[in-house]
Amino acid sequence: MLRFRLLNAVAAAATLIAFSAAVPVMAADVVKIGILWPLTGNAAAAGQASKAAAEVAVDIINNAHPELGDLPLAKTAGLPNMGGAKLELVFVDHQGNPSLAQQLATRLITQDKVDVLMGAYQSSCSFTATAVAERYGIPFMVGESAALNITGRGFKWVFRGTPIASDYARTYMRFFADMKKQGKKIDSIAIVNENTDYGTSVADAIIEEAKKANIPVAIRIPYSASSTDVSAQVLQLKEKQPDVVIFISYTADSILYMKTMKNLDYAPPMVIGDDTGFSDPSFIPAVADVAQGVMNRSAWAIGKSGSTTYKINEMYKAKTGRDLDDTSARNMQSFFALADAINRAGSTDPEKIRDALTKTDLKPEQLMMGYEGVKFDNTGQNILAATYLIQLHDKKYELIWPDKAAEAKLQWPMAGWKK
Amino acid sequence: MLLLQVIVGGLLLGAIYALFSSGLTLIWGMMNFINFAHGEFVMLGMYVSLLVVVWLGGGPAAFGFAAAFSLFVLGVFVYLSLIRYVLRGPMLSQILSTFGLALLLRYTAFWIFSANFVSLPQTSLSGTLNVGGVLMPVPQLVAGVIAILLTIGLHLMLTRTKVGSQLLAVSEDRGAAMLMGIRPDRMQALAWGLSAGAAGIAGALMAIAYPWSPSVGETFGLTAFVVVALGGFGSVPGALLAGLIIGLIQALSAFWFGPIYKDIIVYALFVALLWLRPQGLMGKA
Repeated sequence: MLRFRLLNAVAAAATLIAFSAAVPVMAADVVKIGILWPLTGNAAAAGQASKAAAEVAVDIINNAHPELGDLPLAKTAGLPNMGGAKLELVFVDHQGNPSLAQQLATRLITQDKVDVLMGAYQSSCSFTATAVAERYGIPFMVGESAALNITGRGFKWVFRGTPIASDYARTYMRFFADMKKQGKKIDSIAIVNENTDYGTSVADAIIEEAKKANIPVAIRIPYSASSTDVSAQVLQLKEKQPDVVIFISYTADSILYMKTMKNLDYAPPMVIGDDTGFSDPSFIPAVADVAQGVMNRSAWAIGKSGSTTYKINEMYKAKTGRDLDDTSARNMQSFFALADAINRAGSTDPEKIRDALTKTDLKPEQLMMGYEGVKFDNTGQNILAATYLIQLHDKKYELIWPDKAAEAKLQWPMAGWKK
Repeated sequence: MLLLQVIVGGLLLGAIYALFSSGLTLIWGMMNFINFAHGEFVMLGMYVSLLVVVWLGGGPAAFGFAAAFSLFVLGVFVYLSLIRYVLRGPMLSQILSTFGLALLLRYTAFWIFSANFVSLPQTSLSGTLNVGGVLMPVPQLVAGVIAILLTIGLHLMLTRTKVGSQLLAVSEDRGAAMLMGIRPDRMQALAWGLSAGAAGIAGALMAIAYPWSPSVGETFGLTAFVVVALGGFGSVPGALLAGLIIGLIQALSAFWFGPIYKDIIVYALFVALLWLRPQGLMGKA
């Protein structure tokens, strides 16, 4: 309780300082942004973390933050093209329930009169909420939901800033091309995927990109994530000897794979885990001593002390006490892209904002994430979204690719359990 | 050589199944009672091992013993506080009581240990043995050997000792056993203690090889029932044989046809076998 009060006091003080520092603007308008996230229920933690990230983004945009470099709208207070208009956030909680998300989206548009919408974490909720926005003709920014079919339904008003499975797949191929240039041998890859929607769709995307990149897939092994034994799978891999094995796995199975590979003395040159199980807090403590050099992905990196990303993380940390995570950071990046478009539109007219969104062209140096940029195709999907690759060194993941962002040297082949 | 490796792997996995199931079949043999909380007993054995390793820094012998002992105590306690009362009730309430117990234990574990996966730090039993090119993970190997010893031990105890005869007497005819001066409550509490203790040892051995969370009982629980049914209800050697067969078929079918087919093949064969021999491999008709 005391901690809570203390936090409130700190927040109040921060607001006071922010207000006194802000340059007074004349008759500035307010742009209302309605945000739908799960603030209670199963995914409450993710929703709350993203809410805090959006609030930090609003602080950055509404107040002058010249220390944040090329980040759009950071230098000025408010939106410069709209006489310093401020952003106002209206949060609603859909609890992870798609039909509630649909009702709330309607309410935000008709009663709260928001100018644009954003959300909605769970793909199922993004799916229903975007349909409402499309019907009313209000721009909707999908922050981080990954399901492929959220865009590509012929909608005019839906945009998505986050990378999706095919972007991750393309990133892996670019990484392989880079490695080949450096003389690493990548003659074939293997894909091991858990066999629900998640694993299947990611594996499909990787196979498709591998085909385009002319990298043979030696074997694809679908399996059930509740398997109690994975030796047969590991032996199949051992027989095919691929140069890289990509795992799309949940927690217990990813740990089991790493342990079984050691037990059966199978060490491929490289293992890439596609987030999820490999990012679970239990992964590193369980297998750090047998899985050295395992790679994973993250589009967010805190970066070196003094960098823009480092400063953003410090702001987030001051607010929440935690480091910014990949999910919230992807939401925050989408939020910046949305705010940038509103500023360029110079108006709260939905048609003008939509038009500005379609003309979005953010460069890598204007981003806080490891994307190649933000540029939407005619389905609304960001075609320049990408990810960084990280590698397990000792007991933490370090960013190792692309080189320009790397904070540590790539270890290839991976050491596994051999020190 | 690869095929030999698959076969060895399947048998080692089968030994774990057998170990997991031995306590379950014991309770059935002693009391004609199905314990749905058996998987949860194994899960608690795993957490006891973790606590002993992390807090007391004990090795496999220490945490194996600690898991067996604490689960033995829990088994006796469960019998005295719950089972002996529901035994007087109708059959359905007997079955559902352990189902409720299973949920109680599982969600208590969620509350205490959280849903995160944990695993034991490396122990002296970690590592792999190379026998002429065939690799045998030491934890599974030890689990397999202990499963076989435990099975033989339980079997001998039931068939060759006085306590075993008393246990069997109570299961045959409670009233007659009582007239012979046997205290049925004591005997059945002992049976529950032994069964839970076996689950505890199984948990300790599995903890070396597998990462787990409080829902692990669910993962292995179904397999355990199948093993018991295939081996013949109440037959300890039957459970060992059935465990090995299921492990072997799973490994071979996963290797030949792919992992998503292995359970289809195993359970299709299981259904076919029960059709031909409903009492199981070694059960009494």
